[in-house]
Amino acid sequence: MQHVYLDHNATTPLAPEVLETMAACLGQVYGNASSIHRFGQDAKQRLEAARRQVAALIHGQPAEIVFTGGGTEADNLAVLGVVRAANRPSHVVTTAIEHPAVLAACAQLEREGVAVTRLAVGASGVVNPDEVRRALRPETVLVSVMHANNELGTVQPIAEIARIAHSAGVLLHVDGVQALGKIPVDVEALGADLYSMSAHKLYAPKGVGALYVRRGTKVAPLVWGGHQERERRPGTENVPGIAAFGKAAEIAGANLAADAARLGELRDRLEAAAMERISGVSVNGSRWNRTPNTSNLCFEGIDGEALVIALDLRGFAVSTGAACSSGAVAPSHVLTAIGLPPDRARASMRFSLGRDNTAAQVDGFIEALAGSVAHLRRISVHA
Amino acid sequence: MPDFDAVPIAVAMSGGVDSSTVAALLAREGRGVVGLTMQLWNQRRLPELAVEGATGRCCSLDDVYDARRVAEQIGIPYYVVNFERQFEEQVVKPFVSEYLAGRTPIPCTLCNNYIKFDRFLEMADAVGAREIATGHYARVSYDKAAGRYQLRRGVDESKDQTYFLFGLTQAQLARTLFPLGAMTKPEVRELARSLGLSVAAKSDSQEICFVPNGDYAAFLSAYLKETGVPLERTRGEIVTAAGRRVGEHAGVHHFTVGQRRGLGIAAAEPLYVIATDPVAQRVVVGGNGDLLRRRLSAREVNWISIDPPRTPVRAAVKIRNKHAGAAATLVAESADRVTVEFDEPQRAVTPGQAAVFYDGDLALGGGWIE
Repeated sequence: MQHVYLDHNATTPLAPEVLETMAACLGQVYGNASSIHRFGQDAKQRLEAARRQVAALIHGQPAEIVFTGGGTEADNLAVLGVVRAANRPSHVVTTAIEHPAVLAACAQLEREGVAVTRLAVGASGVVNPDEVRRALRPETVLVSVMHANNELGTVQPIAEIARIAHSAGVLLHVDGVQALGKIPVDVEALGADLYSMSAHKLYAPKGVGALYVRRGTKVAPLVWGGHQERERRPGTENVPGIAAFGKAAEIAGANLAADAARLGELRDRLEAAAMERISGVSVNGSRWNRTPNTSNLCFEGIDGEALVIALDLRGFAVSTGAACSSGAVAPSHVLTAIGLPPDRARASMRFSLGRDNTAAQVDGFIEALAGSVAHLRRISVHA
Repeated sequence: MPDFDAVPIAVAMSGGVDSSTVAALLAREGRGVVGLTMQLWNQRRLPELAVEGATGRCCSLDDVYDARRVAEQIGIPYYVVNFERQFEEQVVKPFVSEYLAGRTPIPCTLCNNYIKFDRFLEMADAVGAREIATGHYARVSYDKAAGRYQLRRGVDESKDQTYFLFGLTQAQLARTLFPLGAMTKPEVRELARSLGLSVAAKSDSQEICFVPNGDYAAFLSAYLKETGVPLERTRGEIVTAAGRRVGEHAGVHHFTVGQRRGLGIAAAEPLYVIATDPVAQRVVVGGNGDLLRRRLSAREVNWISIDPPRTPVRAAVKIRNKHAGAAATLVAESADRVTVEFDEPQRAVTPGQAAVFYDGDLALGGGWIE
């Protein structure tokens, strides 16, 4: 059976060139980037080349890139690091549709005595900048808003939020994990003081990420050790992973416009066909201003968990909600936050396309989707 | 990747040796099998009940790990499905309200009726499976003359689970396989070993899966506190059948008929709980002889293996899972009500438990004791 992957917001396959870069590094570049000798220097060169490549993708400076062990760590470093560096009674503003990496870090801050405001978000799935303005307090030290939402794909008005935060002297962290490589990112134009990235959403391996930290921004480290990454992220650098991330950033930058246009067309093809072939289908969140690869649809009266399994058995990998620790489906906090009643949240599915998907795959998927939805409605497995 | 094409059978996999063996047996026969583990209860939800290092309870991550490992070993597609919402509505809440009403409920039967053989069948349908298989020790046969599926005791008397299955309908039985019904537990373990299953030596689960250490009173208090229901006015009197006050108690839900421990009363002869009255918040105690009953009424009776009888029927009736069964005459008062008249008085007939009727190894039906 052919297996078609339509879950690229969860993770992406390695790009062939990225695999090549990584394999070459793993095989040959084994020096410690902190070592004085040529083995170390070789590793250091790969590390700094990757730093330049990642910085270029977001229009930052290489010295502003801190490599981390992934997107979750980047988010934690930003949220916890800024507040702890401020070292005074603090307040943080974030939104109800952030990734758990930000929400759980904020919950940890609350346990440490920090006040946190989580902004409600309307049905569009887009944060209203005026809400950010209203939430600011004299003791606010950080606003954390994601660039693009992982489940809906909705792009947030970051530049406007940055102006509001900066005029109050507050730093802005942007979780850019789902935006990187899908839409243009320019940290200068956006006004982000911190910007989180993850390599594995960009056709590079898991376990690598980065945090952009604007020059002059104080961030306390999460772990303690050596002087690596300007003492913000101690530990011997994962050079093969970071080199792979660099290569992936270079490829993403070169193909950004073309990829976006092609994936946008495929996504629109998928949505149009789903709505034409299947009754009771609606788009969750704003249809405009979304990342081009993402579609979140509600299939009235369907149990999303059953649909995911049925589609997987037919060879199509999609997702619903969030996985809990056992691997079962948990209700989506994002869909709940934008006001979907529980039955509609359970009836919703996310489709996220990627570089390797084709129109033929989308057409085949629509057949399987229409068949599965009809089957589920016939046997009336209710959400 | 395993072949996901043909999955006519969905196996309910708990991560234990029984359901793992069922999955392996069916997979070995070359029948398309999909393994599903039902996530029923979040064990971390009531943190005050958390038991350090507790394993082998339902829906623990260790059990899911074991089930996933077995599915990998035998090469079948495997998924965890989240039934927490339905489990709370249809098993946990009735369990709690039954206790508060002074009865002693059996959540396993509710789980079988509403989750394992209802919601799970729906999920099986959804993924294209016609049949389901579980690790229950019970057998299903088909009576051609009557056009009826029949439920029979498992061959292993000590493991027979028909007491918990009395609510199954014809439609459910028609689609259910109990591959272990003809085997004994030692045989199942031996088979699991010979199949090389990683769980072959895993110990059996014993207690009510969502109640740590069998301490249901602690579970009730924690659950009611979390859901914001006050356990108000739970304290009350312990009285004799004649109404004489002999002590105090902290809530009728701490007591079940036949219970001797935990009364905190010094008496010349052993005292037992003979009844609980949740309205008056009273626990009635008496001697062993006061526990004997010759008759009981069962409600919501389900006739499994025979049509509702029009004339009195002789049967062996079990009133607890570990009860040997006692000879009795059944009189159907209506389609779903039965009066059971025992030949000999029975000790501790407990409201909320099930009365299940047998003719030899045939489970005729059963209902809830009033």
